[in-house]
Amino acid sequence: MVLPGRFARPRYGTGRYSMLDFLYLTELFGLTVYDLKGRRLGVVRDAAIVPLVDPVRVDRFLVGGGWSWLTVRHDQVSRLDLTGIWLKDEQLTPYHSDEYMLRLMRDLLDQQIIDSHGRKVVRVTDVTFEILHQTDGDVLQVLDIDVGMRSILRRLAQGVLPRPWIRRLQTRIPHNSIRWEFVNILEPDPQRRLRLNISTRRLENMHPADLADLVEELSPEDRGAIFASMDSEAAAETLTEVDPDIQSSILESLDTEKAADIVEEMEPHEAADVLSELEAETSEEILEEMEPEPKTEVEELLEFEEDEAGGMMNTHYVALPETATVTDAMTAVAGEEELLETLNTIFLVDSEERLSATVPLARLFRASGITPLKDLAADTLIKVHDGEDEDRITELFDKYNLLALPVVDEDGKLSGVITADEIISVLRQK
Amino acid sequence: MKKFRNQFLIFLAVLGPGLITANVDNDAGGILTYSQAGARWGYLPLWTLIPITVLLIVTQEMCSRMGAVTGKGLSDLIREEFGLRTTFFMMAALVIANFTNIIAEFSGIAISLELFGISRYVSVPICAVAVWWLVVKGNYRSVEKVFLLACTLYVTYIISGVLVRPDWKQALIYSVKPSLAFDTPYLYMLIGMVGTSIAPWMQFYLQSAVVEKGITAKEYVQSRLEVIIGCIMTDVVAFFIIVACAGTIWKFKPRDIETAADAALALKPFGQWAWFLFSAGLFNASFFAACILPLSTVYTVCEGMGFESGINRRFNEAKVFYWLYTVLLVTGAAVILTPGFSLIWMTLFSQAINGVLLPFVLIYMMRLVNNKRLMKEWTNSTLYNAITWLSVILMIGLTVALIAISFKDLWS
Repeated sequence: MVLPGRFARPRYGTGRYSMLDFLYLTELFGLTVYDLKGRRLGVVRDAAIVPLVDPVRVDRFLVGGGWSWLTVRHDQVSRLDLTGIWLKDEQLTPYHSDEYMLRLMRDLLDQQIIDSHGRKVVRVTDVTFEILHQTDGDVLQVLDIDVGMRSILRRLAQGVLPRPWIRRLQTRIPHNSIRWEFVNILEPDPQRRLRLNISTRRLENMHPADLADLVEELSPEDRGAIFASMDSEAAAETLTEVDPDIQSSILESLDTEKAADIVEEMEPHEAADVLSELEAETSEEILEEMEPEPKTEVEELLEFEEDEAGGMMNTHYVALPETATVTDAMTAVAGEEELLETLNTIFLVDSEERLSATVPLARLFRASGITPLKDLAADTLIKVHDGEDEDRITELFDKYNLLALPVVDEDGKLSGVITADEIISVLRQK
Repeated sequence: MKKFRNQFLIFLAVLGPGLITANVDNDAGGILTYSQAGARWGYLPLWTLIPITVLLIVTQEMCSRMGAVTGKGLSDLIREEFGLRTTFFMMAALVIANFTNIIAEFSGIAISLELFGISRYVSVPICAVAVWWLVVKGNYRSVEKVFLLACTLYVTYIISGVLVRPDWKQALIYSVKPSLAFDTPYLYMLIGMVGTSIAPWMQFYLQSAVVEKGITAKEYVQSRLEVIIGCIMTDVVAFFIIVACAGTIWKFKPRDIETAADAALALKPFGQWAWFLFSAGLFNASFFAACILPLSTVYTVCEGMGFESGINRRFNEAKVFYWLYTVLLVTGAAVILTPGFSLIWMTLFSQAINGVLLPFVLIYMMRLVNNKRLMKEWTNSTLYNAITWLSVILMIGLTVALIAISFKDLWS
C-alpha cells in the first residue's frame, strides 16, 4: 500500500482506507497495550512529544497499569491500530515527569492555541495522528489539531460508544482541522517555552495587525509570554496595533529591559502614546533603559497632550533646505527605508529650520533631476501649531483632502507631521 | 489625597461589571419573588436580605477575582481544567436555564407595558428588535454606559417604596430579627429569595465582563469594591420592593400574588407615582436583563465549547454564535405571545433548572479558585475557604430543597 505523504492529505475519515492509517487522541486514550505474549499491560493515559527531538512524532506513551504509570518509548511499539498497541520490547520504565515532554492530554487538549494560518485563537478538541508503518514498527505522527463539531462528537461519545461506531457516526459532520505545522502552542513559563522548543517565528511572519487581534483574545499571561519571546522589532510593530488598554498591561508585564527594547523600535509618537498610558513610575523606568536618541525624541513628545497636534504627530519625516533639487530629494528619500512605504510629502525648511513649503512626492516623477524642489511645491502651505486640538485637525484633513499635515512650534520650526492614518485611528476611536 | 484621587479614578475605570451583574440580578423574576414575599409575609422576610447579601458578595467576589487574576472566563477555565464533556453538559444546562430566564424577562416586559395600556403583541416584538439592535449594532463601551444608566433607574423602586409610607419601625426591626417558621410556604418563599438572588448565569457573566474590561490583579482591590457595592445595591432595591408590598398589600389583606403587575396595581391607591415608578422599574429591569442574558449565554457557550464568538465577527465566521443568539431571543419573545402559555409553570421550571445547575457551578468555582497553579497567591485563605464552603453548602442545601419543592409543584 502506498503511504500518503505528510503533506498530501487524503480524505481521511470517509472510507475504509482511513480506518487503518489514522488515529485520534480520543481513540488513543484508553487504548489497551499488550506485551510480547499478548497479555494486557494497561491502557494509554497520555502520549507525549519531545519537540526538541522530533516535533511531530509521538515519542512516548504513558501507560496506566496497576499503581503507577509506565513509559512506552516509540521504538518499543511493533504494531498500533484502533484495537490496541502491541509491543516488541517490554523493558518499560516507570513514568517520571519530564520538562521536555509536551503531554498531549494534559498540555494540549482543551487548551487554546494560535492557528497562524487561519489567524485565529482556537481551543483544541482532539488531535489526529497518522500511523506510519515503518519496517521496524508503527509510529504515530501528529497531523492535525481538531476543532469544531466533529471532534466535539468524538469527545462526547468517547468511552461511551465503541471506537468504530464513533468513526461511522462522525462522517456526516464536516471536519474542521488545523495542520500541526500552523499550530502555535501557548506557554507562559519562559523556561518551559525553551524546553518545548516553542518559537514565535511563525507569529512574527503574520501581519502585525492580525497578530495584534489574536493577542487581544489571549489571557494577560500568554500575551506577556509572546511579547517577551518575540523579536523586538516585530513586537514593536504588533504592539502598535494592539488596543491601547491592553498595550499598557503588556508593557507592564514585561521586564523593563525588554519593554525598553520594544519601545525603542516603535514610532516615537506611538511610543509616547503607550508610555503616557502607563503609571509615571513604570514609564520612567522604561525611559531610563532606552538609548539616548529615541529617548529624547519620545520625551519631547510626552510633553504634549494626546489630543493636540504635538501628541498626534510623528517625528519621522523628510525635510530639505529650500535650495534642494529633485536629485537631492531622491538621495534623501533613498536613505529612509522605513519611511518609504508611507511617505507622500517632502518638507522644505529655511536656514532657521522654519517650514516654508510642502512638496507632494508624486510631483518628483515628472520633473528632471536639476529642478529645484521649490518649483514643485504645493500652492498653499497648510500647517498647524503643536497645540492645535484634535477636532480642528480632523477638520483640516477633511477640508483640504490632506494626506499629511506639518506641525510647527511657536517659532515656526517644523517639529513633526500628522499622517492620514493617525486621523483614521482618531476618528474610529470616537 | 492624591492617592485617594488615584484610587477613585481607578475605581471609575473598573466600574461596570459588578454593578451591571448585580442589578440584572433584580430582573423580572427577582421583582416577582420579592413582591410575593412582601405581599404574603409583610416585613417578616426582610431579615434574609443581610445573609443573602453576604452570600452574593462571597460568590461574586470569587468570580471577579478569578477573572482578574487568570484573564479567562469561567467557562474557559472549566473547559481547560475539567474537560469538554463536563463543559458540554454544564453549557447545555445553562442554555436551558437562561432560556427560561429570558422568557421571564420578556414576560416582565409584556406585563409592565400592559400596565401602561400597550398590548404585548406590540411591546414584545418591538423590544426584541431593540435588544437585537442595541447589541449587534452598538459597541460594548457605549452599550455599557447605557447599562450603567439602567442601573441608576432602579432608584424608582426606592422612591415607590418611600411613597407608600410603610411602617419603617417594623421594617427596621425585622431587617435584623430572624424569624424562622417551619411552615412549607414560608420556607418555600425563603428558598425562592435565595435562589433568585444567586443564579448560575451571574457567575459566568461577571467573570467574562471582568476579563473583557481588562481588569488585572493590580486593579483588583477597586474591582472588588465595585462588586461589593453592586451586591449591596441589589439588596437595597430588594428591601424597598418588599417594603412597598408589605406597606400596601400585606397591610390590608395578606395574599398571594401571581404577577408583578398585581403588586404594581395594588400600589395605585397610594398614589399614581408609586404605581408608575414601580411599573416603570419593572420594565427597566426586564428590558435590561433581556439585553444581557441572551448575549451572556452565547458568549459563555461559545467560549467554553471553542466556537468563534463576538459581535465583531461576520455571520459566516461565527454561525453558532449568531444562530444561538437569534434563537434565544426570538423564541424567548415568541413564547410570551403564545396563547395559553403558563407563566407560573415556567417560573417553577426555571427555578428548578437554575437550582440543579448552581451547586455544580459553585463546586467547580471553589475548585478553580483554590487551584494554586491558576490563582498563585490569590487563592482563598483558610478562613475565607471556611466561610465560602459553608455558604456553598448552605446554598446547595437550599437549592436541593427548592428543586424538591419545584418538582413536586410541577407534577401536582
